[in-house]
Amino acid sequence: MADNIEQIGSNQATGAGGDSGGASVDKNRRRTLIAWTGAAGAVAGIGIAVPFVMSMFPSERARAAGAPVEVDLSKIEPGMMITEEWRGKPVWVLHRTDGMIERVPRTDDVVADPGSRQPMQPDYARNELRSIKPNYLVLVGICTHLGCSPSQKLEVGEASGLGADWNGGFFCPCHGSKFDLAGRVFKGAPAPSNLEVPPHTYLSDTRLLIGEDSKRG
Amino acid sequence: MRALLLIICLLGSGFAFGATGEVKLDRANIDLRDAVSIQRGAKVFVNYCLNCHAASYMRYNRLTDLGLSEQQILDNLISSDAKIGETMTVAMREEDAKNWFGVAPPDLSVIARSRGADWLYTYLRSFYRDESTVTGWNNPVFPNAAMPHVLWRLQGIQRLHVVEGGDHGQPHSELVLETPGTMSAQAYDEMVRDLVAYLTYMAEPVSVQRARVGVVVLLFLGLMIVMTWLLKREYWKDVH
Amino acid sequence: MGPMNALVNWIDERFPLTSTFKQHLSEYYAPKNFNFWYFFGALSLLVLVIQIVTGIFLTMHYKPDADQAFASVEYIMRDVPWGWLIRYVHSTGASMFFLVVYLHMFRALLYGSYRKPRELLWILGMLIYLCLMAEAFFGYLLPWGQMSYWGAQVIVNLFAAVPFIGPDLAVWIRGDYVVSDATLNRFFAFHVIAVPLVLLGLVAAHILALHEVGSNNPDGIEIKKKKDPATGVPLDGIPFHPYYTVKDTFGVAVFLAVFTAIVFFAPEMGGYFLEHNNFVPADPLKTPAHIAPVWYFTPFYSILRAVPPMFGSQFPGVLAMGAAVVIMFLLPWLDRSPVKSIRYRGSLYKWALALFVVAFLVLGYLGTKPTNVWGQFGPWLGGADRATVVARVFTIVYFLFFVLMPWYTRVDKTKPEPERVTS
Repeated sequence: MADNIEQIGSNQATGAGGDSGGASVDKNRRRTLIAWTGAAGAVAGIGIAVPFVMSMFPSERARAAGAPVEVDLSKIEPGMMITEEWRGKPVWVLHRTDGMIERVPRTDDVVADPGSRQPMQPDYARNELRSIKPNYLVLVGICTHLGCSPSQKLEVGEASGLGADWNGGFFCPCHGSKFDLAGRVFKGAPAPSNLEVPPHTYLSDTRLLIGEDSKRG
Repeated sequence: MRALLLIICLLGSGFAFGATGEVKLDRANIDLRDAVSIQRGAKVFVNYCLNCHAASYMRYNRLTDLGLSEQQILDNLISSDAKIGETMTVAMREEDAKNWFGVAPPDLSVIARSRGADWLYTYLRSFYRDESTVTGWNNPVFPNAAMPHVLWRLQGIQRLHVVEGGDHGQPHSELVLETPGTMSAQAYDEMVRDLVAYLTYMAEPVSVQRARVGVVVLLFLGLMIVMTWLLKREYWKDVH
Repeated sequence: MGPMNALVNWIDERFPLTSTFKQHLSEYYAPKNFNFWYFFGALSLLVLVIQIVTGIFLTMHYKPDADQAFASVEYIMRDVPWGWLIRYVHSTGASMFFLVVYLHMFRALLYGSYRKPRELLWILGMLIYLCLMAEAFFGYLLPWGQMSYWGAQVIVNLFAAVPFIGPDLAVWIRGDYVVSDATLNRFFAFHVIAVPLVLLGLVAAHILALHEVGSNNPDGIEIKKKKDPATGVPLDGIPFHPYYTVKDTFGVAVFLAVFTAIVFFAPEMGGYFLEHNNFVPADPLKTPAHIAPVWYFTPFYSILRAVPPMFGSQFPGVLAMGAAVVIMFLLPWLDRSPVKSIRYRGSLYKWALALFVVAFLVLGYLGTKPTNVWGQFGPWLGGADRATVVARVFTIVYFLFFVLMPWYTRVDKTKPEPERVTS
């Protein structure tokens, strides 16, 4: 477009301008001025776009609603699981018994990503049990396939309805994905990855904060 | 038709509401860049105002504007079980409030934008004892206000004295401090100033940032004006 | 042939890109003697774009619901990142829109831009102005503050003054017996989609009509009458692009400096752009002490108040207010002067225009104040409000400017127009 302006500008000087004198046009000066104004205009354009783009990010209200959630662990009996809401999503906190912890390695051969190589958890939960403390498993209760919420199948064997060799875990009713007691997905399931471990941290032995890696300040 | 006539009449008569226009307002002289004054005002606000008045558009964590950390806000300014990201609401139910005060105490989030800092500053310093009202208090700035003088222990008790034959021989009234409160008059004025500074800040928390962005924008536009002027002058050399 | 040219050629075979660019910019010949007053057309267009863009983003967060509207505006001002800026630009833009449009219209009065062959251009412009008033009125209800609410109440009640059907008409407009949630919802629909659509169509028509007849200029003579015989280009014309595009770019920079100075340093503009009472949520049970429309409506509002009720009806006042706007449509046929520009008119028109401007400004000022602002006359005038009497006098001046125009423009002593434009 700058070329275009240039061209028309210089045509003008010699041609259509009626009694314009046809004085020599300093093309370089025009080009420079166009370039500088164009650059400033581009800066202005970006500056104008910023507030509009930023306005579409979550508002303070959305941030407050998505603030970290505190859980009192002392109320969860061993073997029990509670569901908390964080950022509109169900977050499970499972108090694993020692038996459950022992059963996790048994599924190493049948799960797709036993070493949690995919980044579905914060680094501090990138271990076999996918947790900070072995006894407490914290998971986002949403199937990584298409977003259904899997159901608890914590029982072992036939009682679970998932066969005699079931070691306990979760089963997604929508498309049949299975997860073990560390939220690891079984091979051959439609879900592509392990259940997500949300950021979480322990404020004390019995107080868990979901949604934050470590306490600020 | 009648509604229209009524409204036109109201407009036509000037329809003074209360006597707000008649009192000369004192200057609040607040400084919105004085974060410490606003912090003190915030403390007064949560201690005295927030029991009845909500500020339901103001989030506690917004007070980080004033240089406070979230922990400081939690420790010093939140007495309820409110979370840091929540707004300043009150526990009082609206029906109860109507029963107690006749009207529900208004939300104060933007009160400084409708009333103005000077009005608030004068109002909060002008309560006087008046046994004829329901609350036992009255105020020349807002006669028969439903709000009692919440700060009276601090300011003390004023009375309205009618002075005969003032400057122009007209009787006028003035407020006289009859029983001193726990604060000196000067300290009380300072505290009210802090409170009004806070109310003004809260009505538009972005105001200081707004002016700061404005300076940058105007400097940039100044540059644009020069550049576009040079460009225009260059092209218009063709035109004779 | 570079890839850029190849692309342009490809488009040109399918869409009139280059020819449109030429017709409306690089080969649209505008008089070379445009002055300061000729910035405001382009600036109106700029403000229109600003309002549409900021409006779209406000719509993402605003709630057209009587229970949530006020809170959602404060939500935009506090919780939405940069929402305060978008909102202030929109609220300032409303006032700036009227400012530049009034200056644009005044330019037409100065240089006779409404005269033949630009009558339709003027009428299209007046229709834009009407749309703008509707747009501003509907939009002003949306923040749902006390002034929003009671301003809408008063204006809708004006329709109730229409004989016979008035009360039903007012109820129909509101969709309720008072201004309510139903009213807010429909005003929102009109404000964000219906009126803007019409506005965009009218603006396009206005520009097309302008480019058909060509721009007037401060000398009020037709540059098309003197063309270069070889090229057919008007001797006093210069291509709009680049000459007026660069000049208008400069104008835009200056205008934006003024605009942003208001947005960043005085967004309330002392209560004229954002009224203090509008920071109180709408309360159908409590009328504010003093209701005034926003400044751009106050000249007409003054006229409404100035006309006393007749035959027990306020309708004459409503009629006068409507007539004050409608009469401007007739300008092209009221003006009988042999010249267009004020430069060659006689003193009669100059005085008439000066008086008209004073009337417009005084009426505008009085419309922002209660009628007792200047106190009362003594008993010799029945103790009448001074402001009301002054408003009546200037209402008459306002209308006389138009009514007497066929006479004073014909008898006025004009000077001969030049053959070619002067600088």
